[in-house]
Amino acid sequence: MDVANSIDPFIYRLAIFVLAIFVGYYVVWSVTAALHTPLMSVTNAISSVIIVGALIAAGPIDMSFSKILGVVAIGLASVNIFGGFLVTQRMLAMYKKKQ
Amino acid sequence: MSANLTALAYLVASVLFIMALRGLSSPETARGGNVYGMIGMAIAVVTTVINPEVVSYGWILTALVIGGAIGAFIARRITMTDMPQLVAAFHSLVGLAAVLVAAGAYYNPTAYGIADAGGALKLASRIEMGIGVVIGAITFSGSIIAFGKLQGIVTGNPITFAGQHALNALFGAAIVVLVVLFTIQPDPQWFWAMTALAFVLGFLLIIPIGGADMPVIVSMLNSYSGWAAAGIGFTLENTALIITGALVGSSGAILSYIMCKAMNRSFISVLLGGFGGDAAASATRSDKPVKAGSADDAAFIMKNASSVIIVPGYGMAVAQAQHAVREMGDKLKKHGVKVTYAIHPVAGRMPGHMNVLLAEANVSYDEVFELEEINSNFANTDVAFVIGANDVTNPAAHEPGSPIAGMPILDVDRARTCLFVKRSLSPGYAGIDNALFYADNTMMLFADAKKMVEDIVKAL
Repeated sequence: MDVANSIDPFIYRLAIFVLAIFVGYYVVWSVTAALHTPLMSVTNAISSVIIVGALIAAGPIDMSFSKILGVVAIGLASVNIFGGFLVTQRMLAMYKKKQ
Repeated sequence: MSANLTALAYLVASVLFIMALRGLSSPETARGGNVYGMIGMAIAVVTTVINPEVVSYGWILTALVIGGAIGAFIARRITMTDMPQLVAAFHSLVGLAAVLVAAGAYYNPTAYGIADAGGALKLASRIEMGIGVVIGAITFSGSIIAFGKLQGIVTGNPITFAGQHALNALFGAAIVVLVVLFTIQPDPQWFWAMTALAFVLGFLLIIPIGGADMPVIVSMLNSYSGWAAAGIGFTLENTALIITGALVGSSGAILSYIMCKAMNRSFISVLLGGFGGDAAASATRSDKPVKAGSADDAAFIMKNASSVIIVPGYGMAVAQAQHAVREMGDKLKKHGVKVTYAIHPVAGRMPGHMNVLLAEANVSYDEVFELEEINSNFANTDVAFVIGANDVTNPAAHEPGSPIAGMPILDVDRARTCLFVKRSLSPGYAGIDNALFYADNTMMLFADAKKMVEDIVKAL
């Protein structure tokens, strides 16, 4: 297949992105209003999956500027991941129904 | 692990994240959903760490442990009243992490497999990186200001000056030019110039926004943090980041929309800012007589009622009165009174804030209702007990021309008696007088919210 006929992988990523927006749209509309604060804290935690980018930057054995940035980014994202999931957990544990 | 296996593992992580959000459709499934989210995150991290290129385990572990310990400590200690600040602070961290990761990739594109033959960042990745880093930087500095306003470090009043919007537009245009320059020639000066301008723009965008609009802004920054993650995901060609960024981006956008609708304001007018704050001081106040009552009066009225709807607002959160309110509800129930809670979508400083505070105080969530679920019940309710809320009950919303015209309100005036716990007759954030204060069936309870409710509990 020549270059003109092959699909750029960017298009696949764009397709994933657009479809994920639709998934997010329908899933989030089904979230009950009572849980909008936990929704924000958990989206905070999961958006810190950006840590995977930081891990790659911090990965090489040799010291470099890029590695320092990566290590700092791991620290920041970890605050969010642990803080976000745990505070969500703490909040959700409070939602009780009385018998 | 082959690239295919890695990609599949990221897909599994993304699906788990979707399930984490899906779980929030009801409080019963939410806890399970949160666990899915944690598993998804663990899979994403482990998958990346076992990559043969990632070998500096000491550094990685140290950063993880320090960051994780700080996060866990904060999560344990934070009070529920302060949740909006915490969420704003977390948004700023996502934004900064996005900037750092983009810079990391910029200085070592080979590690991410996004270098061209010459070892420089390849053309397609430049524009994505530009967009990702700009949104990340705006999220970072904007969230810092939002945090400062919510925490009271920065004034909650809108900070406006002449030519503000023109200046912002100028910054926006300059950033676009710099992204284009960076795409053409990926020199460090363009990279840092666009990042720096985006930092400044983030500050400028949030300073004119008043306290009442904070629920919209916190939601909007939530959305931005998602788009920043997605932008970086495109740069790094990482599907987990793209999917998660899209989920978070649309989540924040929906919340912003819900908040705007609950205030009947357009998103644009919120962004332009200047609403609320100082204007409140200059509002004209009616000199009509006001009926004021004591805790004993309130206790007597509520004890003899058959139904009470409690309407909490941010004032309750500030006074930390939620536990006392729940105690009052329990006492009333012992007297055979039907007690429910009505929550306006913008009560509090972030979406769902009142629900969390009531849950914290052990109020059963099936007693708590949203505006559209409960509004028709006020007409056949004996007492509406308004504590720390004002604008969201103001009938001026029904009058065209009022600053809050068209805003959906809780119809507390339909209740037989309306009890208003407030420190004074001062207007709310919208800066307008509330006609309800002077209504025949309204009794004002002038006191600190917590003290008043505690006194009522004693009197019951």
